[in-house]
Amino acid sequence: MEFIVPAELKAVPVEEAKCYDVIIIGAGPAGMTAAVYAARKKLDTLVISKDVGGQTLLAPGVETYMGYQYITGAELMRKFEEQVRQFPIALEINDEVVKLLRDENRFTVRTATGKKFTGRSVIIASGRRARSLNVPRERELIGRGVSYCATCDAPLFGGLDVAVVGSGNPALTAVNELTKCARKVYTIARSAIKADAVLREKAERSGKVEFVVGYAVKEIQGGDKVERIVLKQTAGDKELVLDVRGVFIEIGATPNVAFAKELAELSESNEIRVDCDCKTSVAGLFAAGDVTTVPEKQIIIAAGEGAKAALSAYQYLIEA
Amino acid sequence: MALLSEKVRQEVEHILEGLKGGVKLVVFTQEFECPTCEDNRMLMEELAACSSKIQIEVLDFVRDKEKAELYKLDKIPATVVEGKEDYGIRFYGVPGGYEFASLLHAITMVSSGSSTLSPKTKEQLKRLSKPVHIQVFVTHTCPYCPEVVQLAHEMALESPLITSDMVNAAEFPHLNHKYDIFVVPKTIINETIQFAGAVPESEFLKHVLKAEKR
Repeated sequence: MEFIVPAELKAVPVEEAKCYDVIIIGAGPAGMTAAVYAARKKLDTLVISKDVGGQTLLAPGVETYMGYQYITGAELMRKFEEQVRQFPIALEINDEVVKLLRDENRFTVRTATGKKFTGRSVIIASGRRARSLNVPRERELIGRGVSYCATCDAPLFGGLDVAVVGSGNPALTAVNELTKCARKVYTIARSAIKADAVLREKAERSGKVEFVVGYAVKEIQGGDKVERIVLKQTAGDKELVLDVRGVFIEIGATPNVAFAKELAELSESNEIRVDCDCKTSVAGLFAAGDVTTVPEKQIIIAAGEGAKAALSAYQYLIEA
Repeated sequence: MALLSEKVRQEVEHILEGLKGGVKLVVFTQEFECPTCEDNRMLMEELAACSSKIQIEVLDFVRDKEKAELYKLDKIPATVVEGKEDYGIRFYGVPGGYEFASLLHAITMVSSGSSTLSPKTKEQLKRLSKPVHIQVFVTHTCPYCPEVVQLAHEMALESPLITSDMVNAAEFPHLNHKYDIFVVPKTIINETIQFAGAVPESEFLKHVLKAEKR
């Protein structure tokens, strides 16, 4: 059994009256790395985030962050947080940015709890959130069998039959979490399984997984909870009905950019366009990590981009 | 073999150095301990050994029925975290994984006797006139759950009418069935209000006030 001790709080007051050198939106790998780099440059830094760790908190195991052959996502993020808390960085946690505006040479950030902060520069590192299938009954059955977090909810499906929708690494990671408690795990993929072979092999070894390849979810059915899903062939008309109590949707993620839509230039897939220096289309506004157009959404890449964004922000501030 | 690693134990000792007042962990188990009852008792004993400010009382759910009734406990493993008084803070199941933070939070909070709730929330809670029972269902692997558990426990500390339970869903499948727990965190208030996910303090308060009116 694991016991996660919270990182020690070093209280740095969060002040609405002051103008921060840099406001970092998000505290995942990109945001926290940016915060450390900014603080080392003696920038007055504020981090605003719903949580500390972002999507990495949901990673049961990380095997591709150099220096650690294996570490849980939670433990890795705790190490990040400990490092952040070594510096005088103000942390506004359990809050969320709802609006980002630029006025003259200042940025204004408004949060869900009604606070207003001002900064000379901003780094957006708000990451991504799970994409939905957009099929009938999906929305109504969220929390009633439809889940986007296998790490959180898998233990609730002990002895039950469930389905995981998706074919990439997150989907197969969810499958492997679920095989620990569920009776049977259907893995539904529109086309071939794209996950790393090591994850697929682990799923196969469990003896609990049935791959249903070449099918898409047509609808989720059930009264006040999930009872079954209806699948339709992607290259044909054949339909399949699977009796399941849980549907875990792992079909990728969408960037968290709603608060910045009117300010930053976005790509067709709603990612913030950045150049090699993490600069956006707006002077003084930088972005890093999974929210940006930088390809490959990996923890190690997000952390590196966070460092770059902070150094670019520093350069911007000394030249401004 | 100890449940807490040496590294975790040292970190916990460091956190507990800041305890102000005494804390009592009242742990309910039974003669033939269920596997998680044993884990829970061992965890609390190891925690108590980390600070001279923490006392522990291990009780038998069957033999000490009167005490269990006094604390209004209906299942084990159960732990009551008391400070100067019983604030109504309960942990059902082992507070492991992310919930270990909630346990440490409850200990440090009852030790100080004060919460971090806003003055507005404290004021509104004073207006409660009927008992409110909050149950927050969690799993050890849910990073969003401690926020809700800690908020509920803070409200319990502030209001003598509120009892707040962390319930580890994996240990009480019959309750998952009863309340249709398919997602965590899920909060049930007075059996009538239920909602999923982490919500801000002001919204949580609204649910509490609404439950009292039903």
